[in-house]
Amino acid sequence: MVVDAEPDQVEVDRIFHALADATRRDILARVVGREQSVSALARPYPMSLAAVQKHVGVLERAGLVGRTRVGREQQVHAVPERIRVARELLDRYEALWRHRVATMDRLLADDQQKEQ
Amino acid sequence: MPVLDVEKDLDRSTMTVTAEFAAPVERVWRLYADPRQLERHWGPPGWPATFVEHALVPGARSHYLMRGPDGEESHGVWNVVAVDEPRSFEVEDAFADAQGVPDESTGWIRMVATFEPVADGTRLVVVSTFRSAEQLRQMIDMGMEDGLRQAMGQIDGILAEDRATA
Repeated sequence: MVVDAEPDQVEVDRIFHALADATRRDILARVVGREQSVSALARPYPMSLAAVQKHVGVLERAGLVGRTRVGREQQVHAVPERIRVARELLDRYEALWRHRVATMDRLLADDQQKEQ
Repeated sequence: MPVLDVEKDLDRSTMTVTAEFAAPVERVWRLYADPRQLERHWGPPGWPATFVEHALVPGARSHYLMRGPDGEESHGVWNVVAVDEPRSFEVEDAFADAQGVPDESTGWIRMVATFEPVADGTRLVVVSTFRSAEQLRQMIDMGMEDGLRQAMGQIDGILAEDRATA
C-alpha cells in the first residue's frame, strides 16, 4: 500500500481527530505490537463490541489501521506509514519550539560575554 | 539544554513548552518585548524574522515577515490580548498578507507565555493552542528540516512502550 507522505488537509484533520481519543490511541498502540481481532481488542474495555468497532472505524478512515477478514473474525492491523505522518507533524512543531528556546538561550549567553 | 519539558495534548490541541534560562525574569521578558530581540528567535530555522511593528501592550497588533532560503516571504501578525509585565502575556498569532491583514482561513494560534523566577534564573512556560491541524502544518512546513526532528511525541512513547512489551 502506497501512502502519500504529504496528506491533504482533510486527511490530516482525520488523523488528528482519530488520535484525539484515549481509547483510540490505546487501540492503535495495541495493534502496532501485533494484529488482533476486534473482539480481542474489545476485551479490556468497559464498553460494547459495537462501540469498539466504531473506534476502529474512525482509526480506519484516518488510514491508521486496516482490517482484514480471517474466517468469521475481523483482524485489525496498524498502518505504520500513517502513524509516522501524524507523529512527525507534532514532532516538527516541537522541534520549532526547541529551536526557538535554544536561540533564546544563545541570546542570553551573548549578554554575559559582553559584560565580561 | 534549557528545555525542561514538552507536552503535546491532542485532546485539547495544545502544546506546552517549559524551559529555564540562566537570566533574571526582566531580562527574559525583553526577549519578547524588544522587537529587535524577538525577531532573532521567532523565525523557524532558515526563515529569519523581521518585526515591522511590535509593542507588547494590550490591544496592539504586531506585524512580522519571515524570509525563506529562496527569497520567498511569509507574513504574520500578533494580536496582543493581555500583558502582565513581567509575569505573563497572551497573544494570538496568524498568517497574514504583505500588508499585515490576517488570513482568517487558517485561523489564530493562541499563545500564553508565563515567566516565573526560580533559583537559577527564569522558568518560561509557553502554551500554544491551535485550532486545526492545517494551521499546525503550515507553521511547521516552513523551513523545518529533517535533522531537527525529535522523537519525543506522545504517540512515539505509546509505540515504544508497546514494542517493549510485545
